Amino acid sequence: MKLLLDIALTHIKGRLRQTVLSVIGVMTGVGFSIALASLMTGSQQDFIDRIVNSSPHVVVKDEYRNPPRQPVERHYQNGAVSLSGVKPKEELRGIRNPKPHVVSLNGIPGVAAAPNLRGEVVMRYGGKDVSAALVGIEPKLERRVSEIEEDLTAGFLDDLYTVANGVILGRGLADKLGVEIGSTLSASSPAGVLLKMKVVGIFHTGIIAMDQAQGYALLKRVQVLLDRPNVVNAIHLRLKDATRAQGMARRIEARMGYRAESWQEANQGVLEVFKIRNIIIYTTVSSILIVAAFGIFNIVSTITFEKVRDIAILKSIGFEERDIRRLFLFEGLMMGCIGTILGWVLGYVLYRLLGAVRVEVAMFTEWTRLPVLFSLTHYLIAGAAAIIAATVAGYLPARKAARLNPVDIIRGTT
Amino acid sequence: MNGSALIETRAMTRVLPGPVPVTLVRDIDVTVGAGEFIAVTGPSGSGKSSLLYLLGLLDRPTEGTVWLKGIDTETLTEDGRSGVRLARIGFVFQFHFLLPEFTIIENVLIPMRRLGGCPEGEMRERAAAILDDLDLAENLERRPHQLSGGQLQRAAVARALANDPPILLADEPTGNLDTKNADRVTDIFQDLAHSGERAVVMVTHNPDLAARADRRIHVVDGRVAEDL
Repeated sequence: MKLLLDIALTHIKGRLRQTVLSVIGVMTGVGFSIALASLMTGSQQDFIDRIVNSSPHVVVKDEYRNPPRQPVERHYQNGAVSLSGVKPKEELRGIRNPKPHVVSLNGIPGVAAAPNLRGEVVMRYGGKDVSAALVGIEPKLERRVSEIEEDLTAGFLDDLYTVANGVILGRGLADKLGVEIGSTLSASSPAGVLLKMKVVGIFHTGIIAMDQAQGYALLKRVQVLLDRPNVVNAIHLRLKDATRAQGMARRIEARMGYRAESWQEANQGVLEVFKIRNIIIYTTVSSILIVAAFGIFNIVSTITFEKVRDIAILKSIGFEERDIRRLFLFEGLMMGCIGTILGWVLGYVLYRLLGAVRVEVAMFTEWTRLPVLFSLTHYLIAGAAAIIAATVAGYLPARKAARLNPVDIIRGTT
Repeated sequence: MNGSALIETRAMTRVLPGPVPVTLVRDIDVTVGAGEFIAVTGPSGSGKSSLLYLLGLLDRPTEGTVWLKGIDTETLTEDGRSGVRLARIGFVFQFHFLLPEFTIIENVLIPMRRLGGCPEGEMRERAAAILDDLDLAENLERRPHQLSGGQLQRAAVARALANDPPILLADEPTGNLDTKNADRVTDIFQDLAHSGERAVVMVTHNPDLAARADRRIHVVDGRVAEDL
């Protein structure tokens, strides 16, 4: 084996310039694939982290996934029942008397639940009207299901209890209105109720939609403002293990009847976009590696073409076909391995450089630096892909070389 | 089958397939014994080299049998034939075929390292000794392009002797050499055959060199015309 490695090394050293170019090809492919993967998964993870951290893992909504079954259908379950022109009863939406539900959900191990009433209001301050979503919460329960308390840049969550008609606003919303802590604004709802509210806190989540158009107040105040006493329109749940949200949502929905939506379902569209983005980027990266593999194929083919006499003499000495195959396969693999190791270094350098780039991006979320993620998996996948490509690129000419008939070559030479 | 023969062929025929099949050798019955220095002669295209390649297991007969030290080589796989070549047969061609990137001693070490079985240091000593016997002691670390034609061919002989094979097959080994060097190489073959249990079969079209062999097989149109 060492003999074959020595011969392979001598061959590729003999074509140093082409070898270096092929190695650079692999290195570039591996390096950029790692950099792209770290950026791609970094932005994806950043987005998911923000969703998981700032949104409930499961939301029990005041709606049903399917329309309720009619009494006749329930009674004649196996009957041939056909209903047409059914007009559903007009019902006031909302989860009424939510307390037992919340208590029950909080009894599930690893689950924290908090009621939530959300409604559109118009906030007015100093002649400015801004439409916003006002969320009614129970601070002592809410702090267990969201990170609102950590996101507060001014004020305290418990001030909602101590200050009459207190409200906490997103930083962007407060800026739009021009309010600060202690300012008193008026909030009016579509129900025609008007409340004077005092700003007791400002939060900043980094999620644009929340920071610019959302506020929090005590649940009871919001029920009054929206004229929906003892009603909530959602129960927010936070799980110890966010990855179990889908299963938990299914169980809760089966138990309560209300539609229970996991964070994965709520953000399905975005997560699907990530999948498509991943496919596009992995395809691009694969193309780079395939091009690099062609470089290896080219050089190994050239070497086998140039070394036909060596192949003939090695076979006449007693080298087996598989020795010749291994010899040229080693050459492809050596270039693949060296390129992979250098590519890992390049990938790490690019990862550090990208992570240091300052950007001011505000789309779904705000970034100040490019979100990059270090994962050994990226290095292993890129390395494995490069080595597989190098193996295939080396194997094809190696197989051809191994099949050469030494007699034909010797006759041709002599 | 002659039990003491190193190589023995019976009705050995090699036909190249194709739209018009070409017969390279036909019905060859040859026995090569230890200590024999045999010259294979004949006009160009008569089948001398083809005969040598068949004897050296580089090619397979389409009909007939080749025994090598009593083994029916037809029963061997390709890997088995490679193994026999590695351990029992040494080849020298008209062109030296030394690997240009390796030094002379490294070239001699290649068959030894492939066969293995002894430490690297011991192999190196053996290789140096073979090269010394062939007056190449001062060229061990030189590369092929630094040697003369005669030296290169002697280095090729050294490589063929690396694993101490009982059979040495040479295909026009002096074809590219001047008279002096041709004589020198022929002397080496003669000595190798007469100094031990080794058989040397040399294809040549040079009648003077052929005359120095113990036995001369003359091939015409793929058949043995004379075996003297």
